[in-house]
Amino acid sequence: MSQGFRLENVGLINRNKNISFKFNGKKYYGYEGDTLASALLANGVHLVGRSFKYHRPRGFFGAGVDEPYAVVQLYRNGETEPNIKATEQELFEGLEAKSVNCWPSVNFDVGAINNFLKIFLPAGFYYKTFMWPKSFWYRIYEPFIRKAAGLGVASTKHDNERYEHKYEYCDLLITGSGPSGLASAYAAAKNGARVILAEDKPRFGGSLLTSDVNIGNQSGKDWADSIISELKEMSNVVVKNRSQIFGYYDHNMLVMSEKVSDHLPQTKKYHPNKRLWYIRAKEVLISSGSIERPIVFGNNDTPGVMLSSAAKEYLKIYGVLVGRNPLVFTNNDSGYETAIEFKKNGINPIVLDSRKNPDSEIIDEAKNFGIDIKFSYVVVAAQGYKKVKSADIASISEDKKQLGKIENIECDCICVSGFWTPTINLASQSGNKTKFKEDIDAFVPGTSKQNETTLGAANGIFSLEETLKTSLKAGNDLSKKITKKENKVSIPNVVEKKSSAHDKFWCVPLPKGKNYKRFLDFQNDVAVSDVEIALREGYRSIEHVKRYTTLGMATDQGKTSNLNGLQLVSEIENKVVPAVGHTTFRPPYTPISIGAIVGREVGKHSKPTRKSPMHSWHEKNNAVFVDAGVWLRPRYYKRGDENLFEASKREAKNVRKNVGVCDVTTLGKIDIKGPDAAEFLNRVYTNAWLKLPVGKARYGVMLREDGIVMDDGTTTRISENHYHMTTTTAQAANVLSHLEYYLQLVWPELNVNVVSTTEQWAGAAIAGPKSRDLLKKLFPQEDVSKEGLPFMGYKEGDLFGIKARIFRISFSGELAYEVNVESDNGNFMWEKIIELGEEFKIQPYGTEALSTLRIEMGHVAGSELDGRTIPYDNALEGLVSKKKDFIGKRSLQRVAFVAEDRQRIVGVVPLDKKTSIPEGSHLVKDSNAPLPNPKLGYISASCWSVEHDNPFSLAILKNGKNMIGEKLFVMSPLKNKVIPVEIVSSHYVDPKGERVRS
Amino acid sequence: MLHIKCPHCGMRSQNEFSYGGDASIKRPNLNKEISDQDWDNFVYNRKSLRGKHWELWQHLSGCRQWIKVERDTATHEIYYTLKADEDIL
Ligand SMILES: [Zn+2]
Repeated sequence: MSQGFRLENVGLINRNKNISFKFNGKKYYGYEGDTLASALLANGVHLVGRSFKYHRPRGFFGAGVDEPYAVVQLYRNGETEPNIKATEQELFEGLEAKSVNCWPSVNFDVGAINNFLKIFLPAGFYYKTFMWPKSFWYRIYEPFIRKAAGLGVASTKHDNERYEHKYEYCDLLITGSGPSGLASAYAAAKNGARVILAEDKPRFGGSLLTSDVNIGNQSGKDWADSIISELKEMSNVVVKNRSQIFGYYDHNMLVMSEKVSDHLPQTKKYHPNKRLWYIRAKEVLISSGSIERPIVFGNNDTPGVMLSSAAKEYLKIYGVLVGRNPLVFTNNDSGYETAIEFKKNGINPIVLDSRKNPDSEIIDEAKNFGIDIKFSYVVVAAQGYKKVKSADIASISEDKKQLGKIENIECDCICVSGFWTPTINLASQSGNKTKFKEDIDAFVPGTSKQNETTLGAANGIFSLEETLKTSLKAGNDLSKKITKKENKVSIPNVVEKKSSAHDKFWCVPLPKGKNYKRFLDFQNDVAVSDVEIALREGYRSIEHVKRYTTLGMATDQGKTSNLNGLQLVSEIENKVVPAVGHTTFRPPYTPISIGAIVGREVGKHSKPTRKSPMHSWHEKNNAVFVDAGVWLRPRYYKRGDENLFEASKREAKNVRKNVGVCDVTTLGKIDIKGPDAAEFLNRVYTNAWLKLPVGKARYGVMLREDGIVMDDGTTTRISENHYHMTTTTAQAANVLSHLEYYLQLVWPELNVNVVSTTEQWAGAAIAGPKSRDLLKKLFPQEDVSKEGLPFMGYKEGDLFGIKARIFRISFSGELAYEVNVESDNGNFMWEKIIELGEEFKIQPYGTEALSTLRIEMGHVAGSELDGRTIPYDNALEGLVSKKKDFIGKRSLQRVAFVAEDRQRIVGVVPLDKKTSIPEGSHLVKDSNAPLPNPKLGYISASCWSVEHDNPFSLAILKNGKNMIGEKLFVMSPLKNKVIPVEIVSSHYVDPKGERVRS
Repeated sequence: MLHIKCPHCGMRSQNEFSYGGDASIKRPNLNKEISDQDWDNFVYNRKSLRGKHWELWQHLSGCRQWIKVERDTATHEIYYTLKADEDIL
């Protein structure tokens, strides 16, 4: 068990718990509390992947969310996930990870030949090279790019993990638990505000975990621990670690991804993998800190070159040495902190400081430690291929243009500090107008758009004392406004080292005769030369330069590269950085699992499933179900080996011959009450409603204002001011909103109320020549004779002690009734119908038989009322009143709607009376006409006519009125079918409608 | 996600509402002669403004009332909300 680079007694890891894991198939050990990155580094593993474009060896550059290189494919509990940052992935027993972007292995990568052959892909390479010829794109270029690109492979299996969504409201949301986050949270919590404090790392404390400071009489870390434990005890505070606020949206809504289980070998029972929090905050305090930025020099992407703050973090948190012979290259005081930590642990670093004569407490301390410091010195280039072996260094002139004599010194890592970049992503997402702060060479938040305040390092404040002072004040002031309470926290005494100014220097010039790659964007392999090319080729806007070079477009979104890119553009263009401006920050701040975004709404859970009260009866009787909107409806009831076609034919035939029963609970039902209800219906429907007597139903068609049919159904007058409206299953919700719109906004003077009663009533349609005989048995006390309950009649009845509504309406075209009872009694009604119907040979029928019956009758449904047809198209113009006005009437005068050859519904029969016609097929005159073959119409619905025993379809056909008897062709390129057909009337069965009135 | 103040229910998240278009459009009275042009303007033609805009929303998963909302279509800022029977300011 060799963890050769692990220090004893340093760090916050749990050394009592050994953890084994595999990387690229090889077994290693780490400790509980490690990240995959720290555990690999403890084992001396620096080579973790290959770069995106050139396949150059890649190591670790950072220690957290900013990591551009160490992206791995993770395997956990039989699942795999791509695009995981090794610096963020916590170690768990049995973890397995593999490098991405390399084949066949990370040590020998075929793609890297590109690198040796110097076939470097310059800026715009993809745009220029893959343009021509067009046919090459799909066959050659695209597969090549796909294979060469890609940061891992997404699993194609169903994701068995569960993801949750949570909605939360709070007074103050605080993003980050460093000094500014802790101080502001503490002050706000003391004032009684409802606070959520979110930390993306497993440990709270941010920079306090690694900095050498004192707050009060404690170390920074101890102070952080004490504040956190106090906050956790408070009932008005929610403290969350492993939780990344990644998006700042409108009206102060932020979204946070909580990694609930990623640090465990497998997700605990009943726990989600991740939880997505939608948080609406009154005030947002952004305390996201800052990210160290690199200095650009030759081969600065070699494994072993990393941020100095990352080296310090590996050392102080994980007890890991990133090298035994470190070189620290800095332009500010931060590099010295890292150097001193090395020295304290018996390692002798060399510090190269680009500044000439800096003077500060920490430099004095470093000198006292005996650290070797070279001022006005820079790293010109790193040497070594898979790992840094040495560095070419040189002195540099004061104007930073001239390099001195180049020396080569041995080293095994180069820790770089180019000063700090405030993390302003969230502020910028919220709409904050950021401004450039000259003294720190970076953008900071400016004018807030929403209720957002940025604190501490994220706001460009790098002094701990100043950070605590301003953060306590912000937490206090903002919470006091909300809670009207003040419980002031005193500012603790702070001991920290004063730092001197950083050097405004970010890029080492190339020495004469050398052509080192100097990388700006480490993940997307964008070098200084790429940006130079882009500018030479005329790209000026930073947004264009970004897209042409792909600078900052990788999964790390340029966290370490953006500012150096801007510096370069400003230098070449001779403009100041604020004039160049930064590119737009967009959510998410870090990559978020698609699973977390989707949450529970997958598969069957993507929408609710509604079942009728008779559902279990259908199940018991071999119903095969079909989704109808959000409802499950029986499609057919399977008997023996029957298939869909055979069963639906049997069921439909039985309706035509005997009697059938169909569950119609799913039909939309709207209860309409009020003295003006008749007038309202008269305006909503195209036909007349003022004279409908009590106890009568009427079929109605409603239009949208543009004249298109919106829905149809029957409405029954239950009593003087009470109506029962039915809608199609699919349009039920829209029709209700439509009615509410007119009642509330257009005609508020009408005294009418509407409410949905779809779920309150269970419905059964009893259809067939023997349905009246059955009804007599069901309601022996009622007169349901031809005269007692005529066509479109309505009456209430007693169904063996249960109140029922009986409507004599028909969708099947047969003598038919619809019985409604309260939902709770649905099953009772259904079983009574089946029981008493037995002597009449009753059979239940599903939606497939229902469709067959209505299609051969020429009754329109959703497939004809598809949002493109007017009443005439559906042969419903007889229902359009000439006398009164109604919604959408004026539109029916539109030129296209009154055209002589307007489309109209027709029937279609194949000439061979055998071939079924696919729905959606086109109707054409000449099946051999050149493409595009002029389309005359389309097949809206098809069935096997049980009355005629041959296929029959409905179609919407141009000039349909005059096409009866014509011979046309049905073409279905999708099914590769051409069928000669004859156009007939859409009323294929009982055209006079005698059966329904019988 | 917007935060909309329903005049009947208070502040609610956008996912409880459905959008209903320009609130300043008035439906022509029934039984009144109207030119093709005016009818087209009512049915189809909308300004699609950038900036302050009165629009209709229905509190679908709440009180089911249609309300009027003055919103900036560019910034999403909401200035006022009114009940259906209140006149646009
Ligand atoms: Zn409401």
